[in-house]
Amino acid sequence: MDRLFWLVPLVPGASALLLMLFGRRYSRRAAAWQACGAVLVSFVLAAAAFARLAGGQAALEKVLPVWISAGSFEASFSLAFDRLAAVMALVVTGVGSLVHVYSTSYMADDKAPTRYFAFLNLFTFFMLVLVLASDIVLMFVGWEGVGLCSYLLIGFWFDRPAAARAGLKAFVVNRVGDAAFLVGLLVLLTQVGSSSFAAINGAARDGRLSAGLATLAAILLFAGATGKSAQIPLHVWLPDAMEGPTPVSALIHAATMVTAGVYLVCRLNGLFAASPAASAVVAWVGAVTAAAAAALALVQNDIKRVLAYSTISQIGYMFIGCGVGATAAGLFHLTTHAFFKSLLFLAAGSVIHALGGEQDMRRMGGLRRRLPLTFPAFLVGALAISGVPFLSGFFSKDAILTSAFAGGHYVIYGLGLAAAVLTAFYMFRLVYLTFYGPARMEPEAGLHIHESPRAMTVPLIILAVLAAVSGLVGLRVLPGEPADLFGRFLEQVLPRTGRYPAPPTEIALILAATASALLGIGLAFLFYRRSPGLPARLAGRFPGAYRLLVNGYYVDAAYDAVVVRPLVKGAGWTYRNLDLRLIDGALNGSAAGADLAGRGLSAVQSGLVRDYALAFLLGTVIFLGVVLL
Amino acid sequence: MTLAVFVVLSAVCVAAVAAMILSRNPADNALFLVVAFAALGGLFGLLDSPFAAVAQVLVYAGAIMVLFLFAVMMFDLRRLEPRSRKRVRLGLASALAALLLAELALAGIRISGLAGPAWRSAEARDMARLGRLLFTDYLYPLEISALLLMAAIAGALALAGRKDAG
Amino acid sequence: MIPPLAFFVLAAVLFVLGVVAFFVKKDLLTQFMAVEVMLNAGNLAFLALTAGPGRANAQAIVLFVIAVAAAEAVVGLSVIVLVFRRRKSIRTDELRDLKG
Repeated sequence: MDRLFWLVPLVPGASALLLMLFGRRYSRRAAAWQACGAVLVSFVLAAAAFARLAGGQAALEKVLPVWISAGSFEASFSLAFDRLAAVMALVVTGVGSLVHVYSTSYMADDKAPTRYFAFLNLFTFFMLVLVLASDIVLMFVGWEGVGLCSYLLIGFWFDRPAAARAGLKAFVVNRVGDAAFLVGLLVLLTQVGSSSFAAINGAARDGRLSAGLATLAAILLFAGATGKSAQIPLHVWLPDAMEGPTPVSALIHAATMVTAGVYLVCRLNGLFAASPAASAVVAWVGAVTAAAAAALALVQNDIKRVLAYSTISQIGYMFIGCGVGATAAGLFHLTTHAFFKSLLFLAAGSVIHALGGEQDMRRMGGLRRRLPLTFPAFLVGALAISGVPFLSGFFSKDAILTSAFAGGHYVIYGLGLAAAVLTAFYMFRLVYLTFYGPARMEPEAGLHIHESPRAMTVPLIILAVLAAVSGLVGLRVLPGEPADLFGRFLEQVLPRTGRYPAPPTEIALILAATASALLGIGLAFLFYRRSPGLPARLAGRFPGAYRLLVNGYYVDAAYDAVVVRPLVKGAGWTYRNLDLRLIDGALNGSAAGADLAGRGLSAVQSGLVRDYALAFLLGTVIFLGVVLL
Repeated sequence: MTLAVFVVLSAVCVAAVAAMILSRNPADNALFLVVAFAALGGLFGLLDSPFAAVAQVLVYAGAIMVLFLFAVMMFDLRRLEPRSRKRVRLGLASALAALLLAELALAGIRISGLAGPAWRSAEARDMARLGRLLFTDYLYPLEISALLLMAAIAGALALAGRKDAG
Repeated sequence: MIPPLAFFVLAAVLFVLGVVAFFVKKDLLTQFMAVEVMLNAGNLAFLALTAGPGRANAQAIVLFVIAVAAAEAVVGLSVIVLVFRRRKSIRTDELRDLKG
């Protein structure tokens, strides 16, 4: 069965195609079942192939036909299931399956469930193409495909203007990154002459690609990654993307698509390793994003927007890992993050569902007893992301920060540690506001509060277990013997370049991480349980800082002033002057000319048979004359 | 002898067509054409083409022109008198027709000068040969013309046979 | 001895007479007859310009021309009948519906 790994993307793809072609003929139930079934089949196939790799095989490969052949350049549908792709494929299909199952209940009352499941399947298809591509051009196909599906799913409720606008914003911001990606891709194609990842990494490693060009290509590709993974300065689309259905946020905007940038950097680890400058850029962008986005999450009142900023911040951690040479640690955090963040989103979705669509935390509170399954699941996720010892987030975040410290990147380490405090703080602010304290919801909404049906709670439980224990595969706190199962599994694909710190330092670092997590939780307890008036007083004390955070550092306002408004103005000018006058003028002019010519020529059409025959005769005489002369 | 036959037949033929041009009665015109086509059939015979001659007389002079005569009888003949003549068009047409005649003559001289075909042909009189030809080399055209005639019958019925057409 | 050219010239004369008839006549029916004259002139030219075994082929082609002419006559005449029934006229000067 492992031979069939190339069906992993194709099964959801085929399901999406069927759902899109025959959408009207599907009943709600059939569409949901088919979509879930397709992703589950895909998961089983991926698991079988994974088992084969775990048995020692390096990679499974399958070359489907060549689809671009231009001169000496060829790109083929070549899929490779190596260890990196295996981890990612399991995450995508595993979390994907749970989200699909969850969606059957969450979207049960929606108007267009078939369209929803078609897009979700299509997303899974493109994401798996992105993951399994062994060729950067094919990966770009998946890359653009997930972007398209992201747009379609953010704007799924397109009759809400905010959702349609958010979808558009995500698409346009991603275009900026993708343009850079494309330029970087072309640099690599012209310089390396091949589009396969093996060739690119190989050329970078053995020096055929000069350091300057490697840096250029790596930074351009990383610019693409910042777009997809919502890193500063292209992070602005992700908070708005929360207009989409919550399961979509869990799958696309937490677990899978937004981490595609990290995956890209992992895939091209040879290229990034060849360019210390590009690696430094990756690490710094990640560190700044991790801290800045965590600070923004402090002041959000929408439960999903808090999680969105949290996602941006956590992806920053992953980039720190990739940038300081601990690529495997970055991927490890990607995996654990996929579990606990999709858990948090799905649990938040359960809360929203229970409250009949309410997303504002100021109108929540006291839900701890009312949602007996959602609350503990959410709590596990919150503890995991905060880095409380022995839960998954603790191990993965610690692996990254330790590597940063060991590599001598002390400022980056400091930013990461600060972000860890902030993370614990905003997560428990969220927990206290939502689940503790007095109930602040509208009275009639309060009456209907109910725990979600089993299709929603079972995925929550599974994810909670994974979020709690999945960190153990990366356990390497035992000094001396490297017990890091995860890192060793990936060693042949992601060679470790960073150093491990000395054992005493490592223990100190672990204690620091634990302390920062507990500090954040403690502060949240103080602010939102002990003396709930404190946040408002603090905001009043530092109005400038507060407004800076509420407005997201004015990044959106700046983009609006510098890019959007001049663009709209310019487009308006072009429309009025070029479109209306020049193009429409030329069009109307040529139409008028054709009309005039038609009127003139219609005089020839006398309607008399004899006149037509005369023209015919004239033609015959001329023709015969030409033949004879 | 053959020369005399040729001269007489061609004279009859040209005269009949000329008479058709000058006459104003469509019924007379049709009869003139019968004469012209019959004479043409004789000329075909003179060219050693007995099959073409027979087909000409039976189908053209016989069947087709009778069809024309039937059609003529359906119309009010007096209404077909010409009312006015457009001299300019007629003059232009005559000039072009003269030019065409000159060109055709020139073409004829060139062709006969090049090939100089003997006008006698024993093979052309061989009916069995023609039959074989029709059912071998010309099989597809033959079948297609059969289909065409069939379609023409159906088309004519559909066009003229409608009761509501008036 | 008659030169083949004589037959061809006759065919040319008949053809041009057909052309002239088409322009002189004012009613569809007679114009249609003029077309038949031109067709026959074509047949004669076919036979006149072939020699030896080629004339057997020419006869076959004459047969097809006659068959097509018959089909054309049938359809053409029924069209003319139809036009007359609707317009009570077959004068080509009065049928100007195609005027642009």
